[in-house]
Amino acid sequence: MTRSELLLRVKDLHATVGGKEILRGIDLEVGPGEVHAIMGPNGSGKSTFAQVLAGRETFEVTKGEVLYQGQDLLALSPEERAVAGIFMAFQYPVEIPGVGNLYFLRTALNALRKRRGEEELDAMDFLALAKQKMKLVAMDESFTGRSVNEGFSGGEKKRNEIFQMAVLDPRLAILDETDSGLDIDALRTVASGVNSLRSKDRAMIVITHYQRLLEYIVPDRVHVMGNGRIVRSGGRELALELEQKGYAQVEGRREAAR
Amino acid sequence: MSTSAKTLQELTNRQYKHGFVTDIEADTVPRGLNEDVIRLISAKKNEPEFMLDWRLKAYRHWLTMKEPRWQNVRYPPIDYQDIVYYSAPKPKGQGPKSLEEVDPELLKAFEKLGIPLEEQKRLSGVAVDAVFDSVSVATTFKEKLAKAGVIFSSFSEAVQKHPDLVKKYLGSVVPYSDNFFATLNSAVFSDGSFVYIPKGVRCPMELSTYFRINAENTGQFERTLIVAEEGSYVSYLEGCTAPMRDKNQLHAAVVELVALDNAQIKYSTVQNWYPGDAQGKGGIYNFVTKRGAARGRASKISWTQVETGSAITWKYPSVILQGDDAVGEFHSVALTNNYQQADTGTKMIHIGKNTRSTILSKGISAGHGQNTYRGLVKIQKGATGSRNYTQCDSLLLGNRCGAHTMPYIEVKNTSSQVEHEASTSKIGEDQLFYCTQRGISEEDAVSMIVNGFCREVFKELPMEFAVEAQKLLSVSLEGSIG
Repeated sequence: MTRSELLLRVKDLHATVGGKEILRGIDLEVGPGEVHAIMGPNGSGKSTFAQVLAGRETFEVTKGEVLYQGQDLLALSPEERAVAGIFMAFQYPVEIPGVGNLYFLRTALNALRKRRGEEELDAMDFLALAKQKMKLVAMDESFTGRSVNEGFSGGEKKRNEIFQMAVLDPRLAILDETDSGLDIDALRTVASGVNSLRSKDRAMIVITHYQRLLEYIVPDRVHVMGNGRIVRSGGRELALELEQKGYAQVEGRREAAR
Repeated sequence: MSTSAKTLQELTNRQYKHGFVTDIEADTVPRGLNEDVIRLISAKKNEPEFMLDWRLKAYRHWLTMKEPRWQNVRYPPIDYQDIVYYSAPKPKGQGPKSLEEVDPELLKAFEKLGIPLEEQKRLSGVAVDAVFDSVSVATTFKEKLAKAGVIFSSFSEAVQKHPDLVKKYLGSVVPYSDNFFATLNSAVFSDGSFVYIPKGVRCPMELSTYFRINAENTGQFERTLIVAEEGSYVSYLEGCTAPMRDKNQLHAAVVELVALDNAQIKYSTVQNWYPGDAQGKGGIYNFVTKRGAARGRASKISWTQVETGSAITWKYPSVILQGDDAVGEFHSVALTNNYQQADTGTKMIHIGKNTRSTILSKGISAGHGQNTYRGLVKIQKGATGSRNYTQCDSLLLGNRCGAHTMPYIEVKNTSSQVEHEASTSKIGEDQLFYCTQRGISEEDAVSMIVNGFCREVFKELPMEFAVEAQKLLSVSLEGSIG
């Protein structure tokens, strides 16, 4: 794949929080339509990497570059990144009391459409779109009347993230431990929602601690993070190897990311 | 500075949009307060003897009182001799008999505030009494209301035309000796609104009063009295603004509500007095006594307030639940910004059996704002089976502001039930990031989060007001995170 065809190119990315270095030189290339899994033990920097890509200001990028569709991603604010098609499904979706779930999502969608020079959707058109996408994650209509994530169970919150992703239709979706806290049925529902959103135009970075999720969302590439770097990369079989041998042993054999 | 701090700073710098001054000739009394000033005010209003007596009794009592100091607000001493106690736009000729005769400058001033007084321009569902400094300048839709038997007029006019009603109810809920500011008001009040809803009448439109302070160095002391006879219903709205001035101005109002058997009064306020500038200079000192007597069986009084203005807000709209099965409600949003201070809440006094009250208070603090909820729930001995539910939520923006909750609960009847819930939260970086990651700008995100926080209160407001309140809130959001 030539450089210009790449959707995302991360080169020697370093980031700190409160002066402490968390990311110590990440290299990663993602092409359109590819699904990359990033695995690694707690504290290896997976979630930090996801949040840095989405633009969270808590983290300071100290070195390296990120090109997204050929442009300097790090120069953009979080909402500009959203406009450019980046979506992050949060590990811990945030509650916003008193703000209706659908109202929130329509505000977001119309903000994106407006910035992209597209026409905003009126309430009726939006509702039609939302109802169609809710089916992907088996959300019932009672979701529509509730406040954003307020009083949602863990599984409902994660389904809500994937529902938002379906409506906002990103080019690059980053799923940050979307499987954490889910029982097997909820995991299947969420994974089938994600799978239905796979397309040749949409890349995904799936961050997970466990191999289990990757039985349902089958990745094109698997990367293992350790100590702020990608220490190994491979095909889906790498995930199985990790499952059998554990992180300690795999991390021991450092290899450069591709 | 992070982008969140920047956005909030930009919001800070928005201008108070009602800060203009109307150039109009005024009839004022000399600065300062003494019995002559009170006699002069009473004479200017051509009041009957009982009114002057009442004012003088109040004044003499006031001289024995001390300004309260228990509230959680700080301000330099007020010089009560440096205030002008009466200022009225000078009438041209005999004073306006109808809208056509009102000074066009005044009509223009209210139009500029978004309150056109010409009836054809008004939304047909709302009648307005417009109070400019010390006097009511116009009341709309009087004829239509009169057909339903509803009296809606300025207080001065009510004193002239319905002295018996005024005499019967004035001071019956807030006595002239009640508290320092209410007593001062009783001595010098110049105008306000009067509403009387006869037995069994559902008031055919929303009633509203719009208070405007214009003159410099004056205080505004208005008084509102609403009486709802058996089985009647009225919804009343109140709005207020003032010019931007460097000097603080005193506003000490009194509102009395009386609800008889099965009557219902819904009183909504959007308070937007000038809050002072970003350094805390200027602004209105708002010391207000509002109280309703739910006197009749199954009567209901409900207060809804959105307090965004004033340098200092001191007000506790209360309900005395006298009748059996009476209901009292208090829904409040109070926002303090820059150097604004608010000490506000309610008192629910349960006297009758099976009386119920609900308190829902939402305090928002930003900048250096200090926001105190102070509330009293009192269940008297005879109030068998009474219930209260209180919920106080505070939201902080930034880390230089403060939120304080001071609930007082006194229960003297074992069959009653009192619940209190309180929460304090901060607009989190995580909430903002969640919104911006989805493509919503920080400014819109802050507005959205604050409006969501207030939703339960806003839904109690009449629709037109709710929209206004939401807009006001996003304009008033100031301060900074971090």
